Amino acid sequence: MSRVTLDARRLLCPMPVIRVQDKIATLAPGTVLEAICTDPGVMSDIPAWCRINGHKVIETRSDRAEYIVVIEVGEGE
Amino acid sequence: MTEQRKAVALISGGLDSLLAAKVIQEQGIHVEGINFYTGFCVEGHTHAIRKKDQKKSKRNNALWVAEQLGIKLHIVDIVEEYKDIVFNPKHGYGANLNPCLDCKIFMVSKALDWIRKKGFDFIITGEVIGQRPMSQRKETMPVVSGESGAEDLLLRPLCAKNLPQTLPEREGWVARGGLYDFSGRSRKPQMALAAKFGFEDYAQPAGGCCFLTDAQYSVKLADLWRARGSKQYEMDDIMLLKVGRHLRPAPHYKVIIAREEGEGNFLQGYRKQFVSIKTISHAGPLALIDGEPGAADIELAARLVARYSQGRDADLVELEVMDREGTSRTLKVEPIKPHEIPQEWHI
Ligand code: SF4
Repeated sequence: MSRVTLDARRLLCPMPVIRVQDKIATLAPGTVLEAICTDPGVMSDIPAWCRINGHKVIETRSDRAEYIVVIEVGEGE
Repeated sequence: MTEQRKAVALISGGLDSLLAAKVIQEQGIHVEGINFYTGFCVEGHTHAIRKKDQKKSKRNNALWVAEQLGIKLHIVDIVEEYKDIVFNPKHGYGANLNPCLDCKIFMVSKALDWIRKKGFDFIITGEVIGQRPMSQRKETMPVVSGESGAEDLLLRPLCAKNLPQTLPEREGWVARGGLYDFSGRSRKPQMALAAKFGFEDYAQPAGGCCFLTDAQYSVKLADLWRARGSKQYEMDDIMLLKVGRHLRPAPHYKVIIAREEGEGNFLQGYRKQFVSIKTISHAGPLALIDGEPGAADIELAARLVARYSQGRDADLVELEVMDREGTSRTLKVEPIKPHEIPQEWHI
């Protein structure tokens, strides 16, 4: 399974969500995307965006001042 | 089988767009949401920045609305293109620096491009005649549909019965009888409809959907334009206008002082772009200097920062001044007295 990392540090919501959305548009279903962010808001916003757009959040964790959301890309459109 | 018709709803995160989308969904139309990010949106930012707000939920209302409706939400970054709307609104500004009418026209025109690309049939908005003094009046409704190019592909479910029929109604995709005739500033009809649909806990923004309707924010933006001698901004500028206390002792620089820890952490991220000042001898806020300060300006800025620190009543406060390259030096200054700060320095 391919794994892709997205650096969304220093961006404030909803920018990290937009970055995730635009990245996912280029990825095949099943790809795992790890988004590294610094706005704690992503812990609720990225999962919410994933729920409504059909992608799966596999893991959320925070590591000091970083918030990491790991997503499995869904079927999409 | 009849073709499944598709509409895109402009979702701001407020109640009106939620209801408008719901009304159309109820008619069997496939609805997806589109949300435009201008950089000035109230969503998220300040909640993320200010610590005292951190206990409150940090939900993004547009995402919340989409989830309530069970629809997809496409968030579109229009920060760069939007600058032109803020600089030169053909229809002028509202009470503050909010170019609402131009903004609406622009967003609907972007939605029109989107539906053409995605093969959707029409656009819906939560506009209500008379709801907002500038952009939502009987006369502005045709201006938005006409100048955006959407024409009769733009349906406003909450006030459609007060407006000429649109294409989705004429074609029978949507029954006019199931649309509404809301008008005026009252929020009661929307609240009743929300109750009917069982929506609770929806956002009730007091002003509009963005910081440009905020008087205080607009004053800071106008000050920035004046100081720079032209209307321009970068993303960092508009973010920084949302944060801290802004004082401008002279046209060529201003001091941005964090008001609490969350803002301090946020400003911390800008230390490579600005000269920054931090108290050493006492607990105190982090501050940035925006502009090109000279040595005397930096000293005055340090006195201001000292004034907002725990050392405000001390004879001397020691501070660290760091330049953009990361070189730092220390300064000992006397905190400025409140009466020495002219009111006009506060932006
Ligand atoms: S409040 Fe802001 S986002 Fe909303 S229409 Fe006015 S300018 Fe546009």
